Amino acid sequence: MLRLSARIAPALRGAGLPFLPVLALTIMVIGMGIMQPRATSYIGLQLILRFVPPMIFAALAQLCVITASDIDFGIGPFISLVNCIAATLLSSHPALCFLLLAAGVAAYGAMGAFIQIRRLPSIVVTLGASFIWLGLALLIMPTPAGSAPDWLVALAHWRAPYLPLPILVGVLAAIFSQWFFRMSSYGVVLRGLGSAPPFLRDAGWSLVVARSALYALAGLFGVISGLMLTALISSGDANVGTPYTLLSVAAVIVGGSSFTGGVISPIGAVVGAFIMLLTGVLLSFTPISSDWQLSVQGLLLLLVLGLRALSRRHA
Amino acid sequence: MSDTPPLVVMSGISKNFGRVRALASVDLAIGAADLVGIVGHNGAGKSSLMAVLRGTVARDEGRFLVDGREVAADYDVRQARAFGIRSVFQELSLCPTLTVAENTRLSHRDLKGWGWRSAARRVIGKALDTIFPNHGILLDAVVEDLSASARQMVEVARAFSILSMPPRLVILDEPTSALDAQAAHQFLNYIVRSRENGISCLLISHRLKEIVDHTDRVIVMRDGRVVDERRASGLSPEQLVEAMGVMAQASETAVAQLRPGGSGRAKPAAQIENAVLAHDARSRGGRIAFTAKAGEIVGLAGLDGHGQKQLLQAIFRSALGPADAGLRVDAEAAYVSGDRRAEGIFPLWSISENLTVSLLKGIARFGLVSARDEEAAAREWRSRLGIKTPDVRSPILSLSGGNQQKVLIARALATDARIILLDDPMRGVDVSSKREMFDHIRHEAADGKCFVLYTTETEELINCDRIYVYYQGEITAEIPRHELSEERVLAASFGRAEEASDAAA
Repeated sequence: MLRLSARIAPALRGAGLPFLPVLALTIMVIGMGIMQPRATSYIGLQLILRFVPPMIFAALAQLCVITASDIDFGIGPFISLVNCIAATLLSSHPALCFLLLAAGVAAYGAMGAFIQIRRLPSIVVTLGASFIWLGLALLIMPTPAGSAPDWLVALAHWRAPYLPLPILVGVLAAIFSQWFFRMSSYGVVLRGLGSAPPFLRDAGWSLVVARSALYALAGLFGVISGLMLTALISSGDANVGTPYTLLSVAAVIVGGSSFTGGVISPIGAVVGAFIMLLTGVLLSFTPISSDWQLSVQGLLLLLVLGLRALSRRHA
Repeated sequence: MSDTPPLVVMSGISKNFGRVRALASVDLAIGAADLVGIVGHNGAGKSSLMAVLRGTVARDEGRFLVDGREVAADYDVRQARAFGIRSVFQELSLCPTLTVAENTRLSHRDLKGWGWRSAARRVIGKALDTIFPNHGILLDAVVEDLSASARQMVEVARAFSILSMPPRLVILDEPTSALDAQAAHQFLNYIVRSRENGISCLLISHRLKEIVDHTDRVIVMRDGRVVDERRASGLSPEQLVEAMGVMAQASETAVAQLRPGGSGRAKPAAQIENAVLAHDARSRGGRIAFTAKAGEIVGLAGLDGHGQKQLLQAIFRSALGPADAGLRVDAEAAYVSGDRRAEGIFPLWSISENLTVSLLKGIARFGLVSARDEEAAAREWRSRLGIKTPDVRSPILSLSGGNQQKVLIARALATDARIILLDDPMRGVDVSSKREMFDHIRHEAADGKCFVLYTTETEELINCDRIYVYYQGEITAEIPRHELSEERVLAASFGRAEEASDAAA
């Protein structure tokens, strides 16, 4: 099995397709189907996977930052902030709400420029920013409250033809991000930033523009994630996004991207988001207490990294 | 001459880095279809001048005209590229995790929109096919998976690739340092041919013969100034070395003849038992076994990527753990890589930390490193190898490439290892530093160390007692130093072992 995967994996990696994550997800879905056949029906998937879309966009936000060989420790609190702004203002003052959200995206872009110009480690800057996002979220909403507008709730529970909504969102997000990062011509420049910034500069590209573009895109994905989360929970909570910081990193890495070098797999990040969520679902089908969910997710991450090291050595 | 102004005119260009004067009033003019060689030691100002020309460094003083017009104050890489000025870097400028085609996209802004990838493949594929026929490089291969010479071919081809506008001036900084003899030959012929299309080249190389044979004129730099300019035809490498300000020394052949022969001291080659190192590849179809003895400098020659590096790595591996099949290693080994940026230096550490990392056991007390001992050891090696720095506590990156390489060699020599494996250790090192280092290596060999040297430069082989030539993973010839000739090495490098030994007989 390992030998076979070691032979197939490099071929698929060349084509930008993450072999191991797709295999893992397939096994998980089959396992779920055996344990609980009704879970794999349209309605079952729509219900079980409903928290996948915010996870997907959190993972894509993290993917943008990891493309630049950086890491974002503030995406979770940023999603919380979006959630609090949306739950407070989206129904009553939609224009002001979108203005604030746009300002959030701009702030992310500025953060990228700041990191590039001052040559600061992203880990410190984004960690600092995470306290700002959290502080602002608490300022807006000290205790959970607020609501989501009806149209947003309806959108999140829409029954799409043929495919359950979470899967449809996943497919569309995967296609778009794969195209943008792996196939478009500016995607090459963005991955070049993660690979060897000095050479990118020598070729006449602006590193400031490239890095702030990646961060602004991360901010945009963070906003989408926060809005989707708001639709699902129909309220605002300054701590609701916190777990997304580490889950998003795990999803990206489980999906086959590397921490450095601009070696990324957007499809893998989307698949990774599904895997992260399904581990919790699978646990709930077993007698094991769901208190173990985080530990299982952590073990999974280590397992994936270990397997990847193994297949790399064989390749 | 015609009325059209020269392509580039620089006059009185000066540049200071802190208190170091990198360029002191340099004048340079390059016309269309002009092949100019630039020589000088490491630190003579060549790199700074090229950096000003390509727009990565702003000049402090002086006039800089392109096509007869003064360049803007904010002259940068993009403007330089718009003028048709492109660069090939010695240490390469390809993003390692991107493919060949994607790297081509990075240097052509207009490669965008639908179908950019196939256009990029076409552009770089055409350049590679023209310069290096039968290169065998996959255009969708990720650059870090390519061999060093393939990477350099891509770097070179990218600079000459044409999307909409051909290059007008290509700055070539050691373009052949990782190429094997044949590819280097193909490339140098190409730049001479491309002159007919009006393309000018500035060639920087430590292989002086390349410059003399392939340029029209040679500019000699020393201490940030242009000190001489000569017509290349009729010029000899020795004359150039003299002009660069090196004390006129005997040629390398003469130096080698003066030294006591290694063969007298070492045991005859047949006695495998006394070898420090033995690799019997005959079982796999090879005809000649590799041996190396204490006191010897053994050279590995042949085209790049034919198994020399694998041997060095197998020796190193076997010295650390269980030996590979057919390989016997009787002593500790140390490895010096010429790819210093990837496999050598710790870029954020000081010179002394870089040097003493291999002997931490010797300079530690109760598990703590003694700063005094560390510095003393570093100072000692600085004087032994002539590492040019006022302070061994300075960062390693403050040294020129050649001096960084000296630190790496010192790091290996400072250990107890009796076998020193040198993997193209003189890449991009200037002539005089190279001589100093080989003098020292011969000295250490005389004291009983064993050196295995893989080099892509045939001239360096004269420092070896014996040379093994590799072809497709096999040794095709064993040549003692007194029988060494470029023809024999070349013949064996292309697998013509029989003819080579017939010719010698």
